[in-house]
Amino acid sequence: MIDMFLQDILPNVLKILLIVVPLMLSVAYLTYAERKVIGYIQVRIGPNRVGLWGLLQPIADALKLLLKEVIFPAKSNLYLFLVAPVLAIGPALAAWAVMPFDDGMVLANIDAGLLYILAITSMSVYGVVIAGWASNSRYAFLGALRSAAQVVSYEIAMGFALVGVLIAAGSLNLGEIVLAQQGGFWHWYFIPLFPLFIVYFISGVAETNRAPFDIAEGESEIVAGFHVEYSGMAFAIFFLAEYADMILISMLAATLFMGGWLSPFDGIPVLESFFSWVPGLVWLLGKTAIFLFLYLWFRATFPRYRYDQIMRLGWKVFIPVTLVWLVIVSTAQVFDIGPWFTESAVITAGGG
Amino acid sequence: MLENYLPILLFIIIGIGFGVLPLLAGFVLGPRHPDSEKRSAYECGFEPFEDAHMKFDVRYYLVAILFIIFDLEIAFLFPWAIVLDEIGVFGLLAMFLFLGILVVGFIYEWKKGALEWE
Repeated sequence: MIDMFLQDILPNVLKILLIVVPLMLSVAYLTYAERKVIGYIQVRIGPNRVGLWGLLQPIADALKLLLKEVIFPAKSNLYLFLVAPVLAIGPALAAWAVMPFDDGMVLANIDAGLLYILAITSMSVYGVVIAGWASNSRYAFLGALRSAAQVVSYEIAMGFALVGVLIAAGSLNLGEIVLAQQGGFWHWYFIPLFPLFIVYFISGVAETNRAPFDIAEGESEIVAGFHVEYSGMAFAIFFLAEYADMILISMLAATLFMGGWLSPFDGIPVLESFFSWVPGLVWLLGKTAIFLFLYLWFRATFPRYRYDQIMRLGWKVFIPVTLVWLVIVSTAQVFDIGPWFTESAVITAGGG
Repeated sequence: MLENYLPILLFIIIGIGFGVLPLLAGFVLGPRHPDSEKRSAYECGFEPFEDAHMKFDVRYYLVAILFIIFDLEIAFLFPWAIVLDEIGVFGLLAMFLFLGILVVGFIYEWKKGALEWE
């Protein structure tokens, strides 16, 4: 029993903490970056009082939330009220188990990686629905309904977009999907699967209930939506889950469409050797940061969608677009058409 | 192969821990002064005069049903996409037939107005 603990469980727990602790720090500093970036976009300075350039602001926020009272609404269903935040953060963190950070640098190298991520991120909608139901507050209830319908709608578009990646890569293993994009940035899937890439990222923004799709917590209509009755640490957990999901969506976009840890200079004569010392993790984090910046940029730029516009975009634009592109991609893959869909055939012929 | 799933199990447990521990810390460190006004549901200062578990629009239900159909479709597409190179033209046509039936249903629900939100 102790042997098993030392050999199997302890190293894995340490590795998990090696993922989760930096992730939590990233979440904290993503909130800081959000306030700074939106501040500068609106010609303000943003937080600058706590520590140098306001760098200790996220720490101060966390401490403040920790010391606030957790209020239980009198009419709420206490058990579900407490389960909801746990259901929100659990899947948001557990999805990171299969994320490849560099060649071979992955906690659980399973062949069903992408399926696992799709399955476990679907769980997070339960957190929202249960929070809205258990609060027994009108705003929370409306916010949960809206959020649930929106999230499941965009999950379809997102699923179809992922099928396109699977056709091109021929594997569900995230590491193999990245390796299938080797050979220079023109092999990355954002070029041949461009419409799916756009649909994927916009659906990702909608999935995480971020602006301009943040109708679930539209301040001007339903105050804060599903977490209006949550305070203190219970609120902080929802907050952590939302930002962890944002980082997850961004890193998945980088992995599936932008070559993951691969260098953007691969295959370019001089630059390739010039940048070959840079570890893959740096490229992956850089690409992720670009997508996270897009999230913040969207929030500062676009006005909030109306609910019928959100549903129309999801059902009447994205689903037809992805269906048509799936037909094109699968046909190209089977008949080896075009510059992108011939490689796997060559590899099969050479290997077999 | 199966031992690769152990870290996932551990990760799920740790993820739940990251939900439970801050909640406990919030209980221990935060003040506890509940009163009836503080514990009432927030409705911009109005007294909540009935249960908030009210009737809601049937279209939310419709979206949920449509979601099940399309999500099942995606579940069928996943294995098909992986082995597409091996099953070739026959697999392609079979899935086109399947997608065609789905598209007919999709057009029907579109024309029926199931996707309208006024």
